[in-house]
Amino acid sequence: MDKALTRVLRIDLTKKRTWVEERPNLFEKGLGGAGVAIELLYELCPKDADPLGPENPIILAVGPLNPLFPLASKAVAMFKSPHTGNLGESHCGGRVALALRLAGFGALAIQGKSDVPVYLTVHRGRVQFRDARALWGLSSSLTAGRVLREIEPGSGARTILRIGRAGERLVTYANVIAETYRHFGRLGLGAVFGSKNLKALVISGTGTIPIPDPPRYQKLYRELWERATRSDHMRKYHDLGTAQNIRPLNQIGALPVRNLSATRYNEEPAFSGERLAEGFLGRRLACSACPVACIHLAILREPHPVEPYFYKTTFVSYDHEPLYALGSMLGMESPEGVLKLIDSAEVWGLDAITTGVVLAWATEAFARGLITEQDTVGVKPSWGDTQAYLEMIRRIADRKGELYWTLGQGVRAASEKYGGQEFALHFGGNEMPGYHTGPGALLTYLSGSRHSHLDSAGYALDQDCLRAGQNPPPEELACRLFAEEARRQVLSSAVICFFGRNLYDWETIQTALGVLGIEKSKEELMALGAAILRQKYAFKVREGFSLEKLTVPMRAVETPTPLGVISEDYLRKALAEMEQLLRGDDGLAGDA
Amino acid sequence: MAVLWAGPWPHAWPRGWAVPKRLAVVDPGRCVDCLLCALACSRRFGEGGLARSAIAVRSVGGVEHGFVVIVCRACPDPPCAASCPVGAITKATVGVRVHPERCIGCRTCVLSCPFGAVHWDEDNNKPVICVHCGLCASFCPHGVIALEEVGGG
Ligand code: SF4
Ligand code: SF4
Ligand code: SF4
Repeated sequence: MDKALTRVLRIDLTKKRTWVEERPNLFEKGLGGAGVAIELLYELCPKDADPLGPENPIILAVGPLNPLFPLASKAVAMFKSPHTGNLGESHCGGRVALALRLAGFGALAIQGKSDVPVYLTVHRGRVQFRDARALWGLSSSLTAGRVLREIEPGSGARTILRIGRAGERLVTYANVIAETYRHFGRLGLGAVFGSKNLKALVISGTGTIPIPDPPRYQKLYRELWERATRSDHMRKYHDLGTAQNIRPLNQIGALPVRNLSATRYNEEPAFSGERLAEGFLGRRLACSACPVACIHLAILREPHPVEPYFYKTTFVSYDHEPLYALGSMLGMESPEGVLKLIDSAEVWGLDAITTGVVLAWATEAFARGLITEQDTVGVKPSWGDTQAYLEMIRRIADRKGELYWTLGQGVRAASEKYGGQEFALHFGGNEMPGYHTGPGALLTYLSGSRHSHLDSAGYALDQDCLRAGQNPPPEELACRLFAEEARRQVLSSAVICFFGRNLYDWETIQTALGVLGIEKSKEELMALGAAILRQKYAFKVREGFSLEKLTVPMRAVETPTPLGVISEDYLRKALAEMEQLLRGDDGLAGDA
Repeated sequence: MAVLWAGPWPHAWPRGWAVPKRLAVVDPGRCVDCLLCALACSRRFGEGGLARSAIAVRSVGGVEHGFVVIVCRACPDPPCAASCPVGAITKATVGVRVHPERCIGCRTCVLSCPFGAVHWDEDNNKPVICVHCGLCASFCPHGVIALEEVGGG
């Protein structure tokens, strides 16, 4: 194995001290990425840690395949989430994985809290603490990125991770932005940065990764490159990006609309992947090492408010999830309006999914009189009202006023305070993603380790079931989702982008690791995936999580999916089965 | 901006010979910053990463504004070769060749190339300049770079 991969960079912001640890056993056991990050989190995060306290570690990890194979493009972050109060895990593309690995590290862990705002740089493997007082309080995360781009070296092989105002002011779902348009989006890593007085982290790296068997490596690389560029599955992400989901989900009635009070627009939304590509698509981008280039940037051309013949152009990155959350969930009609909302979340540094669901809850709560104009300081949220939503997003990031402060803690906190829990669409404290496809999706949100649609992709299973006319019993559903989530732990330890999941079947992962001198049988890999998943679950239980005590938002079980209304009873049965699997009482290999 | 060399090749290529090719940046506007080209170039040496890559991609003031692909354009009269005080860079049929055994690591060549196409191998303290083999072009998924005949045609 590459020795540099097993180096862990440790940074203590309180004492402004850094050191490197060699951890070959850690990487042997956990492979890299998620497998290593959860080990480190267990080790470094004390039980019952305050997520916004100095004791909460920020862990970033890459794996043996980054960036050596097509789509081995992601890095994994772990921390205790200030949003859910439990396991925080988020994945990011861009150049993060390439830069960290080629800087000569497999992982880094940041702990403590700086007394003044700082940013960290890692150039040629050396860490520096830099003064960020001038960058703190900037109104736009984009400006911070621009400044760092100019003053820091390493252009072309670096990542610039930074937070916006939302992160500085500890909105619990503040994100970390990478290279502009890529994010550690969910579960509030931005607030953890903010709590440590850490504005940004710049890493550059152009190192070498030794390959034990170059001819085999070259051959496998070419084969995978060809499969990646020719497969139909990839085509989907290539052509329209993830935004291509809007049209089919709308057709089958699985697109959450107006706080999930409906599941489709009468006609195709004006912000579907097809419509955006025709009218707005301006540029495509790829994460380092990825031939797909699924990142789609729209060009938003806006006229000057008074002067004629004067325009400004803004590039806005769109994906399915922001289009759902800041589009259909808010009953938006105009594509320009949706793009403006997405841009605004980017500027302030907020997770787009949670922001949209928060605004949707607030709109419904306002309509029902649970919150009033006094609370909203004169803003009257209503479906499709771009201006009102822009104003609210700014106020959430500012954290001024009781309502907006509370909205900055997510819909769980807001509904506990103001009521409306039956339509507060969160699962385990994390706001709902953009698929209301059926029981698989709901079970993924409830039981997935991040409460994210990507954990086990129940939405994909639902769509398969819909096509095949199947209705799996709850136990079977739980087993299938567990197996898929376990498999994904191996991908996110390697670290392969989940969009490459069909390219990297067990055999391919095994061969790719083998070329790098890491010999693992399929059974060993499967056991590793289950073990990582169970370890995450054990961490969650340690921090007070219980599948049994999870609440299911009433709205989610009332609004029919394409597979019908999902009963809470069904979900509870599936959850009970899932708990068995996660505890490991099933005789499967791999223990927590 | 990235360079598309358009001028005539100075000496006509004899009929019947295989026409030499150079790596050309044909349309940087299509570049998506995947770095597959740069990673491919390192694979020439049977290694991963970017340390000995002769091609680099940088954004033009932010990814939204596009990219430049920085690679040797095979100057007909190469200033990098002329600048080397110890003759460690010589002109080749296409582009130049580095003779590492002569190189003293002074970095004069780095300054001489107006495109910044003399890359630096920090581990070995030697320049890295594209040899126009075309491997990277075969992995660019978006047709940004390609091998192109020089002069002859
Ligand atoms: S390295 Fe620069 S100066 Fe030398 S031949 Fe190439 S483009 Fe010309
Ligand atoms: S043509 Fe060959 S040497 Fe030149 S950049 Fe491409 S791979 Fe490297
Ligand atoms: S492989 Fe092509 S698209 Fe990718 S960075 Fe290189 S030139 Fe750009």
